[in-house]
Amino acid sequence: MQQGNGIELSLTIAQIIQRLRGSHLHSQIERQAKECLHQPDVKLESLKEDVRSFLKTSGWERKLQNAVYRELQLPPRHPPAPPEHLKEPLAYMRKAQASWEKRVLKSLNSMSTELGVPLAHMRPAAEQKELTNKWNEMGTDEPDLSRFRPVYAPKDFLEVLIGLRNPNHDSSEDISARSHWGLIQVPLNVRDIPHLREAYSELNLTSGQMGIDDHALIHPAVLCTHSLFCLHLSCVVVMEEDSAAAQQYSRQGCPTGLRADLWALILNATNQPQDVMHYEQLKAGVIQHNLLVDNLIYKVSYIYLTPPLLFSQVLLCFSRDTAVLEHFKYNSATPPKSYIQGEIISVIPFHGFSMYVAPLCFLYNEPSKLYNVFREMYIRYFFRLHSISSHPSGILSLCLQFERLLQTHLPQLFYHLRQIGVQPLRLAFKWMVRAFSGYLSTDQLLLLWDRILGYDSLEVVAVLAAAVFAFRAENLMEVTSLASAEAVLADLSTLKVMPLIQVFLFATAM
Amino acid sequence: MAVITSCCVWQTGHSLQTSHLFFQTMTPDDTKPVNFTVKAPVYLQIGDTKADTAHSGVCVVDVNLPFGKPVNIEEVTFKNYYTAYVTVRLLRRNPEQEAPAKWCTALRDLPLMDNPHTERGSQDYYTIHRTQMQVEPDHVVCVRLILRQPSLAWLTFSLEDIKIFPHTEPDPEKEVSDWLSDLTLIDQHPDLEGLPDPQTVSSSIQQMWALTEVMQTNQTTASIGRFDVSETHSQPHLSCNECVHDGGDVMKFGR
Repeated sequence: MQQGNGIELSLTIAQIIQRLRGSHLHSQIERQAKECLHQPDVKLESLKEDVRSFLKTSGWERKLQNAVYRELQLPPRHPPAPPEHLKEPLAYMRKAQASWEKRVLKSLNSMSTELGVPLAHMRPAAEQKELTNKWNEMGTDEPDLSRFRPVYAPKDFLEVLIGLRNPNHDSSEDISARSHWGLIQVPLNVRDIPHLREAYSELNLTSGQMGIDDHALIHPAVLCTHSLFCLHLSCVVVMEEDSAAAQQYSRQGCPTGLRADLWALILNATNQPQDVMHYEQLKAGVIQHNLLVDNLIYKVSYIYLTPPLLFSQVLLCFSRDTAVLEHFKYNSATPPKSYIQGEIISVIPFHGFSMYVAPLCFLYNEPSKLYNVFREMYIRYFFRLHSISSHPSGILSLCLQFERLLQTHLPQLFYHLRQIGVQPLRLAFKWMVRAFSGYLSTDQLLLLWDRILGYDSLEVVAVLAAAVFAFRAENLMEVTSLASAEAVLADLSTLKVMPLIQVFLFATAM
Repeated sequence: MAVITSCCVWQTGHSLQTSHLFFQTMTPDDTKPVNFTVKAPVYLQIGDTKADTAHSGVCVVDVNLPFGKPVNIEEVTFKNYYTAYVTVRLLRRNPEQEAPAKWCTALRDLPLMDNPHTERGSQDYYTIHRTQMQVEPDHVVCVRLILRQPSLAWLTFSLEDIKIFPHTEPDPEKEVSDWLSDLTLIDQHPDLEGLPDPQTVSSSIQQMWALTEVMQTNQTTASIGRFDVSETHSQPHLSCNECVHDGGDVMKFGR
């Protein structure tokens, strides 16, 4: 954007090389190249071309492309900017995030003191042994959790977001104060419907979508052809192991049977031996140490009726995965950590964050695979829903986008709600902060998350929130209180997400 | 701009000794920025009296380079603070001609913010390279940055941390290469049947060379006796049993 393209490109190339060098993939490719020299068709005179074509035909070049593709998802680094700037360019946002984190940590510490439970302690040997034996039954016991309360609720976080102000923003002008009816006062760049139509062109009313166009009401002949075509295409994508193609494919929804593989491919969440080993190490950590947050995790797992076993296993391991801290180099958030004998052993999750894991339990039954996919989804998307940043997929941008879409395209509804003292964001916030997990039926939720992966953005969550308001607009226009507005929007379990989004984006009168 | 080469060594064994992959990377500058003085930014006002002024959304920042030392600019870096567009003008003085220094526009209205009313780009770091400029930024005496921010949304706007880096002659460099496509072979073991080992030959040549150096410094007119001048080569040549002939090449010892 601001530099000569050649310079920027070579910088990017250099940085990616730096990051891939010394990685496991690098040593694997090296080994493969070494071993291929035994082959008779690899000749000394044309060594370069022969090795290269060997790596291509054996699929290693594709793996490398996938790894490079994954690296490109991470933010680029330019020499002049310091690291904290790359995570979050706006100084006042970094400050707000830091003070929010302090608040959360303080809350956790005070809970610990109040209850007399340390943040972390080592389990005695007998308890460790018992837990090892019961690892596969975990989740069926009901420990006494009545004393534990959540660290914070979504509405506390919303208040922080609403209070955010840019010190350089001039809010004295009457015009600017009245032009935005919503709660978010930060002027971030968000896209309106014309831009969204361009960006989400695959969701056009004329394009087939998984979950709508394979419905039983369609004539069987058409259904068969379309479904078979999609299934064939997705099989090819999976067999070719092409991350970028999988992502493109996911924009129109994944077939149920192949979703697990497609998501793993898009996220480049491999299940190599070292991944399984890493998971086993984390599991060992769970058995060894008991953390205060474990109790919070147990508490939440009963709210969501998924296989509780897998769910608990994954979350407990995640809270100990310090490799996740590595990811926070790209995010200005610093998660609270707890120490046992000087060693950092945990990333402390927040209340409700376990809602992100639950849907994945329906896709994967192997713990280490589920764990890897969840971890990738968390560090790419979900963490943005509970940290303060100016990123287009951050919760702040999503809130602003929701409010702007509503004000621009449903002004009567917005005005009416304000008249009765209801701010729409207060109704929609809890949906967006959980990416609708727990509010939609599972199959619909997975179709929504297909698009999050396919478009590499959480924007579709804000669009759906506005689309739900559009769908229930008639009922909402008749309510006269906050309680009745909440009642209208209480049950989303019967909604079909893709038709709602399609109609809102492509059939709204402009 | 300094360029470093980093390489990764593959131990492949067998018929290849080693292979090297060469990468070219551009580092953040090893060269130091030029020392200069920045005058206080001048915000242009509209209106006659002090009470009646309105912000025009235009600001001028003059950067005076050291007197008597015109600079050839490689790049200009700065950190933005809510400036929407920047125009760069240069005062250049040609050292050969006696003509007075002239102003020219190097870059007009470079957008720093996507949308002047919203945050994107408002606090980003920027680099303007000489290749992006419309004129050659050589023999520059003064740089004038004209900042524009048309939006009423912001209380103030400016540029921070302005740095100017001088142009240095580049080192002979290789091209930036794709890591996989630039596999360069060195140190192959050729087929050595009948020939002595190259390593041994080179070390013995070195010894011979050192000996001849010593001999040169201790030259006498006395005949040494052990060496004969041979007529079989195209040039006068001292034949000795350690002289290696390879395909007609003649190795000469001494002067």
